[in-house]
Amino acid sequence: MTQLWAFLSLADANVRFVLLGSLLIGATSGILGTFAVLKRRSLIGDALAHAALPGVALAFMVSGSKSLPVLITGATATGIAGMLVIQFIVNNTRIKADAAIGIVLSVFFGGGIVLLTHIQRSGAGNQSGLDKFLFGQAAGMTNDDLKVMAVLSVAIIVAVLMLYKEFKALIFDPQFLQSTGISVRLIDMALMGLIVFTVMVGLQAVGVVLIAAMLITPAVAARFWTERLHLMVIVAALVGSLSGALGTYLSTLAPRIPTGPVMVMVATGFFVFSALFGPCRGLTTRLLRRRKNSLRERRHHVLRAMIEMRETHRDRNQFFTTELASELDWKTGRVEAEAKQLLRSGLAEYSAGTIALTPSGVAEGTFVVKSHRLWEHYLVYRDILAVDHVDGPADELEHLLTPDIIARLEEILQRDHDLDPTTIINIHDNESGYGLKNPGKIVS
Amino acid sequence: MTSPPDKAIQLLNGIDPKSIPIQIHDMTIAYHRKPVLWDVDLDVPEGQLVGIIGPNGAGKSTMITAIMDLVPKASGWVRIYGQPYERMRKSIGYVPQRESVDWDFPISALEVVTMGRYGSLGWIRRPRKKDRHIAEEALDKVGMGEYAARQISQLSGGQQQRVFLARALAQNTRIYLMDEPFAGVDAATERAIIDILMELRSRGKTILCVHHDLQTVTRYFDWVIMLNMRVVASGPTSEVFSDENLNKTYGGRLTVLSQAAEAVQDYRRGRGG
Repeated sequence: MTQLWAFLSLADANVRFVLLGSLLIGATSGILGTFAVLKRRSLIGDALAHAALPGVALAFMVSGSKSLPVLITGATATGIAGMLVIQFIVNNTRIKADAAIGIVLSVFFGGGIVLLTHIQRSGAGNQSGLDKFLFGQAAGMTNDDLKVMAVLSVAIIVAVLMLYKEFKALIFDPQFLQSTGISVRLIDMALMGLIVFTVMVGLQAVGVVLIAAMLITPAVAARFWTERLHLMVIVAALVGSLSGALGTYLSTLAPRIPTGPVMVMVATGFFVFSALFGPCRGLTTRLLRRRKNSLRERRHHVLRAMIEMRETHRDRNQFFTTELASELDWKTGRVEAEAKQLLRSGLAEYSAGTIALTPSGVAEGTFVVKSHRLWEHYLVYRDILAVDHVDGPADELEHLLTPDIIARLEEILQRDHDLDPTTIINIHDNESGYGLKNPGKIVS
Repeated sequence: MTSPPDKAIQLLNGIDPKSIPIQIHDMTIAYHRKPVLWDVDLDVPEGQLVGIIGPNGAGKSTMITAIMDLVPKASGWVRIYGQPYERMRKSIGYVPQRESVDWDFPISALEVVTMGRYGSLGWIRRPRKKDRHIAEEALDKVGMGEYAARQISQLSGGQQQRVFLARALAQNTRIYLMDEPFAGVDAATERAIIDILMELRSRGKTILCVHHDLQTVTRYFDWVIMLNMRVVASGPTSEVFSDENLNKTYGGRLTVLSQAAEAVQDYRRGRGG
């Protein structure tokens, strides 16, 4: 608890810096990740990060320095080299992009590990700490490191804000962007460059193995919350920075826990929560919608049955649930449950085993019956289906037809088939199936 | 087709190249060295609704993208009102094929239309109130005003096409290049689109449409370019949209088809055997 307090109170300057650093890294990777994911560049980011490892080792071997700018320069160099190799393989061989990414990622990473091992064996006095680049160690960052990262992060975010409109068009409709005179090649290079810098900035805190996850996960989580790009960028930045800060905090609770994996676990937690409860495409939303639809379908079936029973029983309105059950071919218990639902929504009166529609129940039921019959007539009159085949499709569509479509159906049937939409009978009740002027059973 | 002597005649007649919206001279386009368009030579007159027709792979879309310098030319040149394209970019509005964009992208209809203002905004500058206002007007014009906030994947095919058209309207240009604006739309949308195109024409705009439905060519277009890797014919629809040119454009297939159709017709009339 005191540890938590010490952390949260930001009393310790070092903690303050580390926290600020991980917030910035998280926000930056969330923002750039949004564009990377939408542009389907997630894997490239991963290859880039892995390809950065030999650069870190080489930069140290050449300079003997562990200062962040030097190491980042080396990392950027081999990272870009890796990307160029991928590009070269894709352009000049029959190897597809995914395989090329796989090859480059493992070869460069393997090379990096070999170099790191070599450095450790050679026993250079100050080599310790380079292996932190594998899984990240936010706490190991010096103030100078943090300054470098902060400057780079802010620069990246400013660049994104400036080129926001161009990036949006680049991903949505590159041809159109080109036609407006803005060079797609330049914008694409700018985006790729910013992704490179983002990876490099996060390298020390998150590590080469998992930095791509910080690029991808917040963005993917954000997609579940919104259908608008600017909101997605904001949500991804929030998820990213929260994951960064929380991950850093959790990793300080016990000694020698690397930061990267913890950050990624936290981000993944946000992702799972979003996938379950996000209002756009989230699992719960989808289930609720499905449940709502099936409830509505059942309600419609009952209402339609009641309206049709009213027709056959000369406008009697009160029925026993057993009667309704046999009309619907349902078990009585199911009808009773449905009757309670109707009672609750004010569409029917339900007491002592009898059920009667209220005026609003009659109105909704009439609309359903009308939808059903109009659709049946349309299918039959347009020779799309025979009379004995139309009930099934109409059963499905009666729930979906909007007043717009209904109006058009009415118009078509009236205009082309001389049908009076105010007197539409049950198409199955007529022997010919066509005698629509039969005034016996009318739904208005 | 305008051959050099015709050009001379034009000059003699005092037609200034600056008054010709699109001039294409001896243009050849090749993808991976395989030519897809040969020696295209034509002028498009101002204020016309122009249809580009031809079979699949005839190079219709390529011609449009080549006018806008989106694909490299193996030879030849294009002039827009007598000037190279780079200088006249802002006078061309573009409606790409519907399949060419990422419809799952998180963007609203209004935002798509606002993209029509990007060309006049240039780099980095953000759309302002005025641009948003123009975009809203364009959406209203295509009857999509109430869908402004809708995410684009939640729109029907016809609605998506209207949004594209609105974006072109928001560009407010003298020339419009449209790649199959009628593809996959319902009859109501097709009518709405053609009404808007005709209104644009009446305001003196020049519109080029890649088009597939031969039935509607005479009704929709004043001028038609018939393409099959080369220009078979280009001119007023009433003059060049003939069976002979159609046969040349669509090759043997249509000939066989038309022969078959005649045979069927004869048979039904009780003449054939």
